[in-house]
Amino acid sequence: MADAKVIPFDEERPRRRVAGTRRVRAVPAPAGEAAAEPAVAEPAGAESGGAAWDRRIAGGLAFLRRRVTGDYEVDEFGYDKELTDQVLMSMMRPLFDKYFRVEVKGIENIPAEGGALIVANHSGTLPLDGLMMQVAVHDHHPAQRHLRLLAADLVFMLPVVNELARKAGHTLACSEDAQRLLEAGELVGVMPEGFKGIGKPFGDRYKLQRFGRGGFVSTALRAGTPIVPCSIVGAEEIYPMVGNAKTVARLLGIPYFPITPTFPWLGPLGAVPLPTKWTIQFGEPIATDGYPPEAAEDPMLMFNLTDEVREQIQHTLYKLLVQRRSVFF
Amino acid sequence: MGKVVLVTGAARQLGGRFVRRVQRDPEVDRVIAVDAVAPPHRLGSAEFIRTDIRQSSIARVLAEHAVDTVVHLAVTGGGAGAGGAGSAVKETNVIGTMQLLGACQKSPTVRRLVVKSSTSVYGGASRDPAVFTETTQPKSLPAGGFAKDAVEVESYVRGFARRRPDVAVCVLRFANILGPYADSALAEYFSMPVMPTVLGYDPRLQFVHEDDVLDVLRLAAGEPRRGTLNSGTFNIAGDGVLLLSQCARRLGRPTVPLLLPAVTWVGSALRAVGVTDFSPEQIRLLTHGRVVETSQMREVLGFKPMYTTAETFSDFARSRGKGLLPPERAGQAVDRVAAALKVDSLNVGVAGAEEGAQR
Repeated sequence: MADAKVIPFDEERPRRRVAGTRRVRAVPAPAGEAAAEPAVAEPAGAESGGAAWDRRIAGGLAFLRRRVTGDYEVDEFGYDKELTDQVLMSMMRPLFDKYFRVEVKGIENIPAEGGALIVANHSGTLPLDGLMMQVAVHDHHPAQRHLRLLAADLVFMLPVVNELARKAGHTLACSEDAQRLLEAGELVGVMPEGFKGIGKPFGDRYKLQRFGRGGFVSTALRAGTPIVPCSIVGAEEIYPMVGNAKTVARLLGIPYFPITPTFPWLGPLGAVPLPTKWTIQFGEPIATDGYPPEAAEDPMLMFNLTDEVREQIQHTLYKLLVQRRSVFF
Repeated sequence: MGKVVLVTGAARQLGGRFVRRVQRDPEVDRVIAVDAVAPPHRLGSAEFIRTDIRQSSIARVLAEHAVDTVVHLAVTGGGAGAGGAGSAVKETNVIGTMQLLGACQKSPTVRRLVVKSSTSVYGGASRDPAVFTETTQPKSLPAGGFAKDAVEVESYVRGFARRRPDVAVCVLRFANILGPYADSALAEYFSMPVMPTVLGYDPRLQFVHEDDVLDVLRLAAGEPRRGTLNSGTFNIAGDGVLLLSQCARRLGRPTVPLLLPAVTWVGSALRAVGVTDFSPEQIRLLTHGRVVETSQMREVLGFKPMYTTAETFSDFARSRGKGLLPPERAGQAVDRVAAALKVDSLNVGVAGAEEGAQR
């Protein structure tokens, strides 16, 4: 495994800043939990083990009862809050806590209430970075906010994937949906690089691609919500894409078909991501409410703001890469 | 002097109920009910005229009775009630609308036109935004069936509105209409003992209750209330969203997820044996779902539906009897597991958590 191009020179730096990360959940859910009953993960505190288990099972059964009778609510985007909190998040959490050991910085830059647009870099062949960002915001933010991700149309074309994406609160990356969510005071996550970012070759890692047409800036301007830049380090190396089988991709109707040192060769085993160490840093919010209403139509301002966001993410990426001790630890 | 209301499609369930409802309106003087077939239900004091709106005779009816309000409900998906082949339904929808609009254009008395349309004009594809507003342009136009008819009907109605700016034209795009008397294709689908679904898709659905449909039609057919405007195009749907899986669980009907091509085969097989009308358009609805924005309906039209989507659905579910897996029984099964494990799952809500912890 080759090292990143930006060579870390951080001998004088302290080891991982474990103390700096904030853990909201006091007790992580035990690994050997009954699979059929997704438990309510709450701090057990000083309770005896048996009582905690009873309560957990009871909570799981109450959840199950609501599920089998259809007695739960979804919003107009198909977001199923209960399912996301109790099942989908619990499934992603081990990946977040144990596998990628994500370190979250600057969570205080996300407002405690009201809409905000989080703009992040995109990488890693599979959009795991988006999912990890969702867990990061939910588990580390004091208000346990839910991130609503904007996803590519491919996500909503694939069976099963589209169903899960909608239930997890994701929606199509189009200005109508984004604006509706922002105006409803939701936290919206977008990765403007899109397929150009996630499907770029390994050699181009941590080089931000073009930020679409900057539509996210005009949407944030129209909704008057701040833009929070977010830099994700570690996702680039989970599937080092050394090649792209374009013919296969065209046959399957997908934007790229990754070839990694392990992927088609080892079959499904090759699709296991490498256990890299991740850092997600949320940057200083960029306010958009000081502009006149017609500013959303001003291409110059849009390009300037897009560049500002992009520069800030790129700059933070370089800083984080310099601080990183190694790809895996 | 009272109004004279002409209602097309009066032989259908909804048309018949609207005819009976609108004649109770104090400002309405006479109600003329029109359809090509005799209605199976009573129409009260309304005058039924058996005429086919595809013929030019409809113009004579308009002139004879000095009709001032036309409520065009004969735009249908051709469910069980109407019978007839797809081409006949299409002809009534499109040619009928053209004839009716032509007659309205010549009539000096017509002041108001209300057209029943459907949210299916938005199509519904994976590339569409999650929520349609009245101005959303569909990414892919419906290829056929009722949705295409509705699109065509709406374009003729827009043409008519341009040519007769003195006539108030109101197009109501209804979400799926459900209720105890519903006879639409979707109602039939929900009445199947086992519901085929599309594997890997859980569409978002919105419903509007029949009673709300009648109320909003009456609102649109009358004079606008203060501060509201009842001409234009409006989405009509109950609040909230239900997923298809939720609907199936609330009905207590098991689902069979099938691959998309298999659903099409099963659909045509079911249609061939006459069980249900499982059109490509309905498969599209059951794949991608459809949710519309209703703020125009609230703020401009000034209509607030009595039933939410969930309430509409539960009212419909009550009228359909129990499925194979009633939700009560499924709930009891969970309770039995809870009893076997000696935990009290029912009381574990916000308050019951402590009680469980004390045990």
